[in-house]
Amino acid sequence: MNLVRRRKASETEKPSVSDSKTTNEGGEEEEEEEDDDDKNKKSKKAVTKKKKRKVEEKGKWSCVDSCCWFIGCICTIWWFLLLLYNAMPASFPQYVTEAITGPLPDHPGVKLRKEGLTAKHPVVFVPGIVTGGLELWEGHQCADGLFRKRLWGGTFGEVYKRPLCWVEHMSLDNETGMDPPGIRVRPVTGLVAADYFAPGYFVWAVLIANLAHIGYEEKTMYMAAYDWRISFENTEVRDQTLSRIKSNIELLVATNGGKKAVIIPHSMGALYFLHFMKWVEAPAPMGGGGGSDWCSKHIKAVMNIGGPFLGVPKAVSGLFSAEAKDIAVARAIAPGFLDNDLFRLQTLQHVMRMSRTWDSTMSMIPKGGDIIWGGLDWSPEEGYVPSKKRQRNNGTQIAEQNETGSQVSQTKRGNYGRIISFGKDVAEADSSEIEMIDFRDAVKGSNVANTTCRDVWTEYHDMGIEGIRAVAEYKVYTAGSILDLLYFVAPKMMARGSAHFSYGIADDLDDPKYKHYKYWSNPLETKLPNAPEMEIYSMYGVGIPTERAYIYKLSPSAECYIPFQIDTSAKGENEDSCLKDGVYAVDGDETVPVLSAGFMCAKGWRGKTRFNPSGIRTYIREYDHAPPANLLEGRGTQSGAHVDIMGNFALIEDILRVAAGATGEDLGGDRVYSDIFKWSEKIKLPL
Amino acid sequence: MASILRFRKLCYVEPVKCSSLGFESFETPKIEKKDEGIGPSIENVLQKQEKKKSKRQPKEWRCVDYCCWTIGFMCTTWWLLLFLYHCLPVTLTGFQVPEPPGARLKREGLTALHPVVLVPGIVTGGLELWEGRPCADGLFRKRLWGGSFTEIFKRPLCWLEHLSLHNETGLDPPGIRVRAVPGLVAADYFAPGYFVWAVLIENLARIGYEGKNLHMAAYDWRLSFQNTEIRDQALSRLKSKIELMFVTNGYKKVVVVPHSMGVIYFLHFLKWVESPPPMGGGGGPGWCAKHIKAVMNIGPAFLGVPKTVSNIFSAESKDVAFVRAMAPGVLDSEMLGLQTLEHVMRVSRTWDSIISLMPKGGETIWGNMDWSPEEGYDCDLARKRYMKPSLNDKKSNNSDGKRGFHIEDYVKYGRIISFGKAASQLPSSQLPTLGLKEFSSTSTSSSSNSPCGEVWTEYDEMSRDSIQKVPENKAYTARTLVDLLHFVAPKMMRRAEAHFSHGIAENLDDPKYAHYKYWSNPLETKLPDAPDMEIYCLCGVGIPTERSYVYKPSPSDRCKSIPFRIDSSADGSDNGCLKGGVYFVDGDESVPVLSAGFMCAKGWRGRTRFNPSGIATYVREYQHKPPASLLEGRGIESGAHVDIMGNVALIEDVLRVAAGATGAEIGGDTIYSDIIRMSERINLQL
Repeated sequence: MNLVRRRKASETEKPSVSDSKTTNEGGEEEEEEEDDDDKNKKSKKAVTKKKKRKVEEKGKWSCVDSCCWFIGCICTIWWFLLLLYNAMPASFPQYVTEAITGPLPDHPGVKLRKEGLTAKHPVVFVPGIVTGGLELWEGHQCADGLFRKRLWGGTFGEVYKRPLCWVEHMSLDNETGMDPPGIRVRPVTGLVAADYFAPGYFVWAVLIANLAHIGYEEKTMYMAAYDWRISFENTEVRDQTLSRIKSNIELLVATNGGKKAVIIPHSMGALYFLHFMKWVEAPAPMGGGGGSDWCSKHIKAVMNIGGPFLGVPKAVSGLFSAEAKDIAVARAIAPGFLDNDLFRLQTLQHVMRMSRTWDSTMSMIPKGGDIIWGGLDWSPEEGYVPSKKRQRNNGTQIAEQNETGSQVSQTKRGNYGRIISFGKDVAEADSSEIEMIDFRDAVKGSNVANTTCRDVWTEYHDMGIEGIRAVAEYKVYTAGSILDLLYFVAPKMMARGSAHFSYGIADDLDDPKYKHYKYWSNPLETKLPNAPEMEIYSMYGVGIPTERAYIYKLSPSAECYIPFQIDTSAKGENEDSCLKDGVYAVDGDETVPVLSAGFMCAKGWRGKTRFNPSGIRTYIREYDHAPPANLLEGRGTQSGAHVDIMGNFALIEDILRVAAGATGEDLGGDRVYSDIFKWSEKIKLPL
Repeated sequence: MASILRFRKLCYVEPVKCSSLGFESFETPKIEKKDEGIGPSIENVLQKQEKKKSKRQPKEWRCVDYCCWTIGFMCTTWWLLLFLYHCLPVTLTGFQVPEPPGARLKREGLTALHPVVLVPGIVTGGLELWEGRPCADGLFRKRLWGGSFTEIFKRPLCWLEHLSLHNETGLDPPGIRVRAVPGLVAADYFAPGYFVWAVLIENLARIGYEGKNLHMAAYDWRLSFQNTEIRDQALSRLKSKIELMFVTNGYKKVVVVPHSMGVIYFLHFLKWVESPPPMGGGGGPGWCAKHIKAVMNIGPAFLGVPKTVSNIFSAESKDVAFVRAMAPGVLDSEMLGLQTLEHVMRVSRTWDSIISLMPKGGETIWGNMDWSPEEGYDCDLARKRYMKPSLNDKKSNNSDGKRGFHIEDYVKYGRIISFGKAASQLPSSQLPTLGLKEFSSTSTSSSSNSPCGEVWTEYDEMSRDSIQKVPENKAYTARTLVDLLHFVAPKMMRRAEAHFSHGIAENLDDPKYAHYKYWSNPLETKLPDAPDMEIYCLCGVGIPTERSYVYKPSPSDRCKSIPFRIDSSADGSDNGCLKGGVYFVDGDESVPVLSAGFMCAKGWRGRTRFNPSGIATYVREYQHKPPASLLEGRGIESGAHVDIMGNVALIEDVLRVAAGATGAEIGGDTIYSDIIRMSERINLQL
């Protein structure tokens, strides 16, 4: 048969060959088109491919020729489009947007300028964690040619090119929390440090542009960039950053005719600036020696944007299992490099090893223990219904529905107090039913097989199987016991951390021990400076579910892995539930829960309290999240998300008004959408 | 652009490669029927894009194909090469890079000790837009000056408008705010790949410098020095920065490294900081002694640059530092509607800072009709350089001989501007002397309202008659030049009078010298009382540098409104000092040795009236050697005004001083030029 066939084929070669080829081709074509779909180049490419076949059929062009033709074609089209794009008047996109969505609102800067606002008080920005750029000043061999190039921020090109080298340079020394020998990575200075995090991903740029509209420029603005990886006090020890900020604020005030500065910290910058305010007034060897009235002389207002005063639960899961992938915006790039197997299957371990050398992440561990964050059976947020937003939109029925909603949730409320629980049943069970076996005395078993893991180092390897089991058997951790847990699983890191940060609540603020710098960034263990004219604003977004508590499970035991992971199979019963993918969510700005951002201004510092002896006025300004109406709006002008809020027009307007001289009363005092006051009431903190 | 290319590489190269493998089997005509419908439509699209080639019939679309093919081929090859290049280990591409001085000195054990402040010069600092007219939409905080200069080509008039300053005040025009880029990025690279400070910064970093002990004192170089303080508080900021670095680096004094015009800017700062508050910084008389270890002036233009004169006079000496690098493209083209030079002149005349670079000290320093300190300078540099290593006594004989021989036709450098080659060479007795006052009185009403559109230069306001009187005077020296400029550019000079002075002080204790306009003129100020401070003059030598000009009236086309231009047909007959209408002397291509070295070599040497506390001064010259091969880029032994910042010897000197060495330790003076002899000829009371 075969033979015969072949013969026939040779006789009538053409058609049969083409037949077989076509069948082949049918299959291939499908495949290719699938590929095309993946590459999002579908229609154009598919068409041109067919085109190419035609070329082949016409002439005697080889496949390489066709390829060249194809590329050339694409290039030409691309260049043509590029040319068109460049020739397009700059305002064209705006016309298109306006044509589709109707006239855009004026930028707040433009609007306020028409109202006659002009630059008055100098403005200081304090960027948060992750958003500031870092550049290389000295590196190992593998980082040749990267001198003064950004390692962090910008395009992150180096992550892909030399990932291990990058991790090595971004890590700090495991013992000291400072530079490893031979490596110097330093913060980028100036406004460029954090105006854009990555190309097109603004952080401060929108705010800066609007400030410029009412007359601000370089001499009246200052970006207090610091190395966000190291602990606050170490930024002074290594880079004299705090001294520089002090000197710069003094300079700004002096050169602007004695007008006090308006400080705008974002995210962790709020804690950093809290630290600064204590540091600057403390006497010289440990502090800045500015004298006890420095703040009242130099600062008009501190406008914290999304400040995690009491910490973020996300930090816990970040340290515990490196799983809460972002603290601010790392998530934007995370899907690309955290989840794939770039580093030989051990991405997460590498990231964990790196981020555990960053002391600053420990500044965000939840502070105040069970009193603030809730115990086993209790939490300030209990009764929160995640689908609140929908109710609010229903207008008239708000009150009713709210009641019913809260009743419903009473029955199956999330125990937010249990920040980490092992298993969903444990998370929901009554506290009396949970057996907790103390893990603190558990022997850390000897390392079973330490050789397989190559150079990946996480402290979990020192724990051994016994220790891991002990951790899991304790079942439930509240904010208080979380600390013990972290001491247990990451002793080295916590040893460094406890020298720089503290997470408690002060009983007696006059105790001389509170003069130590490790308490300065904890609002529950420091007094605000004596500056009765100063104002403190807490500005944050609400209306986005924010991580609050986690359900963990033991990961299938492979020796090289992090032994715990979030149990993503744990889901709530109905779609309104707070529990999704193993995470309990509450109201917040996607990163910082309302409680952490608002409590100090709503209660802890409101009026004259022991934390605020001079009665600095505090204001809460919440911004309800509204997702961008369409793609053209980019990240939205009414966003409440942790970083995107920097483009929120209402927030920008508030800042501009204050910078131009308004007080909190002029702005309209508090502006609250969430239940922050109700929740604060539930917290029994002696004031 | 590079990033776009790379992005496209990612997107396309790989799928295409895959498909090229897969397509081996495509030789079938089977599907053609299906495609008939789509094919032609694509063709049409293609043809529209390739308008030039698409005039053929749709049937014969071979040509388009070939184009596409070529482009595709080139792209692919390019990407492939690029890819290979990126794959190469760094060491392979680097053809034996000579070890940077920083690395060597680090091995010697040098570490960062004194904080370092860099003061950039004119032109090299970046400027960015903070507020602009509608035509500059989308350029907020983008560089207008420095970087890639793309905006010049995109919207030239808009660009010029934003870079101009206000004609009366010398400050911002209403509605426009252009500010200096702050930080090290301000002047590390002027344009991509064209380093200014970058090499020095990198070497400093190798011995341990970083952001906290390295500061770039960027300022808006268009403004007059005092105006940088009035508008931007730049001087206050510099003062505060120096104080901060002094304190945070363990009370180590600061080493200041100014370049080019930065040198006189910093001189201004030294006086400003010690003056009492309303006009000065109120630092008190001990401030400099307390905070400053050394001032290492690179390519200092202490006594001004003759280039400035021609620049103001006719906008022709295209660069003050290196605008020339890009000038051929911009200035000589007819882009702005035939009036490029006029536009440039209009813009640059609003920049007060340029006036700070005018020759200072008048005829005493720069020579008069018959005499100049550089006379006898042998312009044939090549010959001179080869003779140098020969025996010393021979050389002295030689120069004596030369003196005797050339005595008749010394180049008369003192005549900075002369009209006609003859006027530049005749003995002064044969020149007509015409009082400038005469014609300054005749300059009255402007001639007819010009048909030249909105191009405005002050020449338009001068009458024909008075223009014709300018060349009648034949030759101008450094002193009469000032009058000349007053005549041709009255508005600019009026602004300038308030900010700069170009004379020589008779009595430095005269209270009038407390005014800030004298602070940037080393001949009218005393150095601060800081006996421990050191002043270095680091300058390149061995490159012909513009010193005086031969002008001619330009053919009078009314709209070509600059009535004078350099007579580029005037070439030297004798020893080659005259080329293209310009007389050259030794220098670093921008600053003549005289201007760079005189103060350190004589004016401040020892205890003089300009240097009452006896600050130690050192002259360190660097003989220019052009790069041996193209691979060396701009050379590691260059002496040119900006390229010297990559000179290994200079970098080593700066590093050693920053690490604590004194001038004596790095070897005192090194002199290649005749600066000592020239200085001796200058009869200045000290």
